[in-house]
Amino acid sequence: MDRPKADLSYVVKALPLGPAFETGQLHDVSSGMRTFRPVIDGEKCVKCLRCFLVCPDGAIDKSGEALEIDYDYCKGCGVCRRACKPGAIRMVKEAEA
Amino acid sequence: MALNAKTIPNKELFYGHKACGGCGAALAIRLALKVLGERAIAVIPPNCMSTVGFIYPHMPFFVNSIIPPFAGTAAVMSGVLAGAQAQGLEDYHVVGFAGDGGTADIGIQALSGMIDRNDRAIFICYDNEAYMNTGVQKSGLTPYGMKTTNTPAGKNFHGSQSSKKRMFEIVAAHGIPYAATASVGYPEDFLAKVEKAMNTDGTSYIHVMAPCPTGWGTESDVTVDIAKEAVDCGLWFLAEYEGGEFKLNRDPKEFASVEAYLKKQSRFSALDDADFARVIRERDESWARMRRDWTK
Amino acid sequence: MSGKLFVSGDEAVALAVRQAKPHVIAAYPITPQTIVVERLSDFVEDGSLNSQYLYVESEHSAMCACLGASAMGARAFTATSSQGLLYMVEGLHYASGSRFPIVMMNANRSLAAPWSIYNDQRDSLSELESGWIQLYAENAQEAYDTTLQAYRIAEDPAVMLPVMVNLDGFVLTHTYELVQLAEQETVDAYIPYRNFCNKLDLNNPKATCITAGPPYNMEFRYQQHKAAVDAAAKIVEADKEFGKKFGRSYGGLVEAYKCEDADAVLVTLGSVAGTVRCVVDAYREAGKKIGLLKIRCMRPFPAKEAAAALKGAKAVGVLEKDISFGYEGVVYTNVNSSLKEQGLSVPTANWVGGLGGRSISKEDIQGIFDQLLSGRLEGTQTAFVNLRRDICGA
Repeated sequence: MDRPKADLSYVVKALPLGPAFETGQLHDVSSGMRTFRPVIDGEKCVKCLRCFLVCPDGAIDKSGEALEIDYDYCKGCGVCRRACKPGAIRMVKEAEA
Repeated sequence: MALNAKTIPNKELFYGHKACGGCGAALAIRLALKVLGERAIAVIPPNCMSTVGFIYPHMPFFVNSIIPPFAGTAAVMSGVLAGAQAQGLEDYHVVGFAGDGGTADIGIQALSGMIDRNDRAIFICYDNEAYMNTGVQKSGLTPYGMKTTNTPAGKNFHGSQSSKKRMFEIVAAHGIPYAATASVGYPEDFLAKVEKAMNTDGTSYIHVMAPCPTGWGTESDVTVDIAKEAVDCGLWFLAEYEGGEFKLNRDPKEFASVEAYLKKQSRFSALDDADFARVIRERDESWARMRRDWTK
Repeated sequence: MSGKLFVSGDEAVALAVRQAKPHVIAAYPITPQTIVVERLSDFVEDGSLNSQYLYVESEHSAMCACLGASAMGARAFTATSSQGLLYMVEGLHYASGSRFPIVMMNANRSLAAPWSIYNDQRDSLSELESGWIQLYAENAQEAYDTTLQAYRIAEDPAVMLPVMVNLDGFVLTHTYELVQLAEQETVDAYIPYRNFCNKLDLNNPKATCITAGPPYNMEFRYQQHKAAVDAAAKIVEADKEFGKKFGRSYGGLVEAYKCEDADAVLVTLGSVAGTVRCVVDAYREAGKKIGLLKIRCMRPFPAKEAAAALKGAKAVGVLEKDISFGYEGVVYTNVNSSLKEQGLSVPTANWVGGLGGRSISKEDIQGIFDQLLSGRLEGTQTAFVNLRRDICGA
């Protein structure tokens, strides 16, 4: 998976001078916002990358053989499912996933 | 090389943000930054995107960025540019991401000043048609009939009583080198326009329609579809202004149903037949003018 | 560029800015600051100043452009006055909170309404809480010198706060004096460009002016406050070093003029200090023991220094060109508070003068000293100097 990982153990030890801070640091995940999770059916996926293109969270990684969803940051909005013409993505209730 | 899902980088530069699921604005920024790259310097005024993008110490923007005063996005962009130029920095792009209010209302003066100076920077207005960050209030780009929390829909008024400012034309009237309208419903078109803006020697402006499920009253999964439908029914348009000329990128022979588009969104739930007729009349007038003036 | 020039206060500031060589200048014209931006644009045009000069459409944008430039690590300058200062107030807080070492000249002018283009200090004194270091100049030479000192103070790594250099509108901005200019090499050595630790960096991206929620916000505020308090020592140091390099210094935060054995001391700031100085000299010749305490720096407030200069006095007056409506002059409030902090119980009195450009004469100041020396201070809590009592229901 070629997606940034959160450092959840990070603790602020000393503030910077003024609110100026190195970007690209993740210290929280978004998975708690999700009710349904998209699941990609590798058999049906034609790798058109439409889901990757339109994901508002960028949570779909296209670097590997198969597309991979970063469930740390996928919010389960379902934009990818609607964008998937071959119907390779289905939304599964979190509790049942 | 055409920019599309295959050619844009896999690496994300706006990642881990706390925007609502299905946020059109987040998608617009994510795509724009993929084009502009890691050496972009983003200026993002107090709006949803800065709210969900900088929660110290959680920092979802992966590029240099600054939150300017709400009214001062463009002026801070100019300052960033001047500071970078004066110190001889090279190979970077200054970009602003302001919402509809931050562009067409409180930000319009500074934007006008930046275009007047023709500073080499890209101002991107993500238009979700209301002040969403404060809980959906009317802006100058709120369309007629939209129910917001300060243009309520009741017996006497069916939501906002004014129509959208013609912001793209206001910007073009400055004689800006490059301006365009876009939509997250047509992402490849948007990517191409960001690339064009990036290569413009002077100020550029992109006005991208970016639906907000929360404020529009739609399911989170329809964002891209509803954005496309806005274009297809003629309530939004894809155009460019370049070298002093307007150009319609899409000039549909037949529009999709306005009524169907409006009825999919609870923000328009109070509209009646007379309202639909008004929206369609205004659309037709607008297209007659654009076709008359913008096509050869 | 060295030597002496006969110039106005505004021109003195412009000449200092040329020698400070800011990377970016963004300013919007307003009387009586206008000459500063005109001269600077002349310098850019004739090539004697190699700055990016931004023609902005408002003071709000002037400050915003300085924020952006400073965020990139560039040395920035702007100048304003009165309504313009108030229009950029939002940006003042961004600058200080983000620790951007911007230098700004402010031509002190009254605030509408009623409209007046003339001098008082209600504009800058209403912004004491903006987090800016506030310096006040007495004359054109001090304005020139203070502008150079301002960069040294602002960009000191231990300070990193914006500095406002205040000149009384017209009284100082438009009157001509001989000003000794500094050698460029000495200026360069006095205020070398510094690498701001909080600047954005293309190779190591940062975000600035960002959100800090309740778990962190107050700690950022504490740091800012501490920096402002600690700046006092740096202001003194900058003035001392300036004295060594250029042969002129101003006492750092305050100048106590003939205060040591004074029975009565008048505290004031800005150009009127010159008039007070004349009266002090004349009264001293007549054997009357009076002194002047000139406040150079309103923020950080020199509480200890003020109290030390005032501790021997039998009566202390504060003459200021502002009023906090419904209470008293804000300088007076600050002076009283510092006396209390230092355990001094000297009687104090407050004169509000010069509002909207009303002149303050030597005779007015003599009257103030006479009253202070008499020991009868009744009716001097917020006494308006030279008030036309017959037409205002006083």
